[in-house]
Amino acid sequence: MAILVGKDTRVVVQGITGSAGSFHAKQCIAYGTKIVAGCTPHRGGEMFEAEGPDGKKTGVPVFDTVAEAVKKTGADTSCIFVPALGAADAILEAVDAGCSLVVCITEGIPVTDMIRVRRAIEGRSVRLVGPNCPGVITPGACKIGIMPGHIHKVGRIGVVSRSGTLTYEAVGQLSALGLGQSTCVGIGGDPVGGMDFVDVLKLFNEDGDTEAVMMMGEIGGNAEERAAAYIKAHMKKPVAGFIAGATAPPGKRMGHAGAIISGGQGTASDKTKALESAGVRVAPSPAEMAVTLKSLL
Amino acid sequence: MKIHEYQGKEIFARYGIPIPKGYACLTADEVGKAAARLIDETKTPVVVVKAQIHAGGRGKGGGVKVVKGGAAEAKSVAEKLLGMQLVTHQTGPEGQKVRRLYVEQGLDIARELYLGLVVDREKRRIAIMASTEGGVEIEKVAAETPEKILTEHVDPAVGLSGYQARKLAFGLGLTQGVPDAKATVAEFASIVTKLATLFDKEDCSLCEVNPLIVTKQGKVIALDSKINFDDNASGRHKSWVELMDKDEEDPVELEAKEAGLSYVSLDGDIGCLVNGAGLAMATMDIIKHHGGTPANFLDVGGGATKDQVTKAFKMILSSPKVKGIFVNIFGGIMRCDVIAEGVVTATRELGLKVPLVVRLEGTNVEQGKAILASSGLRIEAADGMGDGAKKIVAAVRAA
Repeated sequence: MAILVGKDTRVVVQGITGSAGSFHAKQCIAYGTKIVAGCTPHRGGEMFEAEGPDGKKTGVPVFDTVAEAVKKTGADTSCIFVPALGAADAILEAVDAGCSLVVCITEGIPVTDMIRVRRAIEGRSVRLVGPNCPGVITPGACKIGIMPGHIHKVGRIGVVSRSGTLTYEAVGQLSALGLGQSTCVGIGGDPVGGMDFVDVLKLFNEDGDTEAVMMMGEIGGNAEERAAAYIKAHMKKPVAGFIAGATAPPGKRMGHAGAIISGGQGTASDKTKALESAGVRVAPSPAEMAVTLKSLL
Repeated sequence: MKIHEYQGKEIFARYGIPIPKGYACLTADEVGKAAARLIDETKTPVVVVKAQIHAGGRGKGGGVKVVKGGAAEAKSVAEKLLGMQLVTHQTGPEGQKVRRLYVEQGLDIARELYLGLVVDREKRRIAIMASTEGGVEIEKVAAETPEKILTEHVDPAVGLSGYQARKLAFGLGLTQGVPDAKATVAEFASIVTKLATLFDKEDCSLCEVNPLIVTKQGKVIALDSKINFDDNASGRHKSWVELMDKDEEDPVELEAKEAGLSYVSLDGDIGCLVNGAGLAMATMDIIKHHGGTPANFLDVGGGATKDQVTKAFKMILSSPKVKGIFVNIFGGIMRCDVIAEGVVTATRELGLKVPLVVRLEGTNVEQGKAILASSGLRIEAADGMGDGAKKIVAAVRAA
């Protein structure tokens, strides 16, 4: 079933009555995602109206707590659209309710909150994707997040990225070349988040539906360098890459909280070198991401 | 967000971290009076006048002066410092104008140490770094003598433990050369523990004390402070608005921030308007790849309104260095028609004097293209971001 999400994934949307939550929950339902519950405190008992892929009207029950949503609907995955200052709490609520996968779309969560979240979920089997990410999609089966579903095609390329729109760009290029995707995972642009490149690469490495991987990194931190070390030692499948931010000045936060070169660390050239020395083919420009991947097949 | 040394020290004081006595001043007169007061209060004739700018390396740049000749000398030093363009390794060659000064009591320094707290992204914890090499740039120490940096990580569930603070203290050799080793180690441990709490409670992204000094009497005091706040947490710290010094911010970047846009000024001449941080960086990269230079990083974000897009495009249009504009949109949440309307509205108001290349892809792309086509503006459409970058670079060269 590709990785992380598939046809049988049952999703509870936290913040489903908010503007972003309701808009994207509808889009996900129209794509065919099994959204079985919503959660907004004090709105329990309401019915969230949406239309399925066949245009048929459907209602999603809203609950006050995620625990109740999970108990009543068998949801196993949460998608979070809760505003930034409440999002860390929402993640912990999903974990505590027993969700095995939590996808947090919210941008702007304070880093100290995410440090506490990571500590709180240490040693638990839950997987966290994001925050500050577009989400996860297994084309044709399940879309959890804000990516435009129609640009994706069913196929065998795994995609993992720290950026949202740059992922759409890569997916658009892949689909145009006839290269569909097994699963696309946006791991998010924050300095402290959930799954990192290595966690996702491991899953793609073991996934029978994935033939090759396209990864997009960016300046800041050393997640790409750690990915390179993993690829060199363990990766059985070809990987193409791109690192955004070669022209970014040091010391400036480039939109994403995590995209900053500090103390000479986290430059695009260091990351590119690390990936290349691990056998990753790095695209010379962002217009050539899919072409670069295709050259490996 | 950055704040001044004296503001950081006010926060230190609130947490019980020892700082020298000092006063913030805006004029030379105030500096003279503050110096007289300090000399009287501390019974020592030495004061230090320190330029307050949001950049490190102030001492080396000539922005920190030790004054031994009393209040009158302090005043004349202040006259020279105020209004000067202070150039440090962090300001760039044009320097930063000095508008505020901090006058502090002089102290008998025995040792200068470094203490810094940052977010360790790999460990997902706050890291405390300490070094015997105080007063030196920590990047330099890290590059040349990394063994001189001691590091402890704070467990968010329990906070900094006493043994960790002691490990740092003994590692720094704080028991040596002081009259009461136990007292000095205890003072240091208390400071480190308070800083760890401060970092968390005040939502810092960086907190540095360089130098943290040990006086000849064995007292441990924060002689400097550098605090950066995590912008993501501004919603729960209303006081940050008062701490912000707008004179220290790039005016264009500030304007963008207030409009909810993410903008960074660059040196080139091709203005960019993009949705999403990664794509915005990649757009800068591809302009460079084709031989051009980007004038800015601009991410209008996922949920920008027409007004925000208009504002963003106006900022690019009104920049004198911009000789061409590349709009690169892959709409997911962002709708192409919203972008197109914003571009057209801004251009109607300000006019379009430079070449404009637009690449639209994704949600509502046909409506977006139709709005641009019916606007009568001279817009070159691009087929993909590679094509767009080539076209704008060629157009700027031809102009």
